[in-house]
Order: sequence, then C-alpha cells, then structure tokens
Amino acid sequence: MISLFLYNGVLICIAIGLSLYRVIAGPGVFNRTAAANIIGTKTITLLIVMGYYFERPYFFDISLLYAMINFIGTLVFAKYLERGNLWS
Amino acid sequence: MVIINIIVTILLGAGLFFTFVGSIGLLRFPDFYTRLHATGKCDTLGAGLIILGLLIYHFFHYSETPLIPAKLIFLIIFIFIANPTATHALMKAAYQIGIKPWKTGEKRE
Repeated sequence: MISLFLYNGVLICIAIGLSLYRVIAGPGVFNRTAAANIIGTKTITLLIVMGYYFERPYFFDISLLYAMINFIGTLVFAKYLERGNLWS
Repeated sequence: MVIINIIVTILLGAGLFFTFVGSIGLLRFPDFYTRLHATGKCDTLGAGLIILGLLIYHFFHYSETPLIPAKLIFLIIFIFIANPTATHALMKAAYQIGIKPWKTGEKRE
C-alpha cells in the first residue's frame, strides 16, 4: 500500500514533465502562465502523496501554503497582463 | 481493511487519469482557449479525487489523530473555488488583450 504512493508520485512527476513542455515552448506569455498554474496544482497533490509515502502526513501544511501562493500569483499575473499596471 | 485499500486505489487511479487527460489536452489542443478548457476542469477534478482518496486513507490508517485531515477538506474546498477562478481570470485577460479564438482550417499555434 505504501509503494502505491510512490508509483502515484512518479506518475504525477511525468505529468508535470508533459506540462513543462508548454511552459518552455508555448507561444506567448498566456500559455506559459496557464501551464505554470497547472504545474502548481499538480505540485500540491505531489506534496500530499509524498507526505503519506514518507509516513509524515504533516506535509499538507506546506501544500496549503503553496495553494494560496499559486492562486494569488496567477491572479496578480492576469491583472497585470490585462491592465498593464497593478496599482490603479 | 482490504476494502478500504481497494477504494483508495480506485480513487487515486481516477485522479491520475484526469490529471493525465488534462496534461495531454494542454499539449495537443490548437489554441490558448481550448487548452485552458481542457486543463481547467480536468486538473481540478484530478486533484480533488487524489486528495479525497488520501483523506479516506488517513481516517483508517492514522486513526489516533482523526482531526488532522480537516485541513485536507479545507484544501479540497479551496482548490474547487480557486482553480476555476484563476482560469477564468486568465481567459478574461486574454480576451481583453485581443487574442482571437481558433477556427477550423486555420494554422495551429
């Protein structure tokens, strides 16, 4: 049952690698930002799965923090790309 | 306990399936809007299913601390609210900038 979490984490890493192609080669800044957001969501699940694999379930405090940082970063980036400035 | 393990395995497999479908859609669709249409929903549901499976695993294997996975429930609710909001903000920004949607027969980006 523990090794199931290891396989799950490795497969999530492969999915992150597939999404990383769109960050590197995607045309334009919107594709890159969207792919970075998707990678952030996959990283949240990867942190929780690896926390249960190492038998320390308290890793999901880090993943809560990472979810909030990912959301705020994407919103700020979308606002900047839409308006051209942030503080008006 | 065997039935719990089978349920957790099925939930993790379903989450991995949706995660991979989202990644392949991000790679192969021809346009920015269609790419976000693929990933914005599949990735949310995949993350929710994986976290739900680990929540059930925690209830039956770490039964001495049953109140800890309340944070996992908060995380599921937060992901289901925040991820479509971020996707919608990015799509609205791209539409305001003036990126045209892809039509049939045009060149893929």
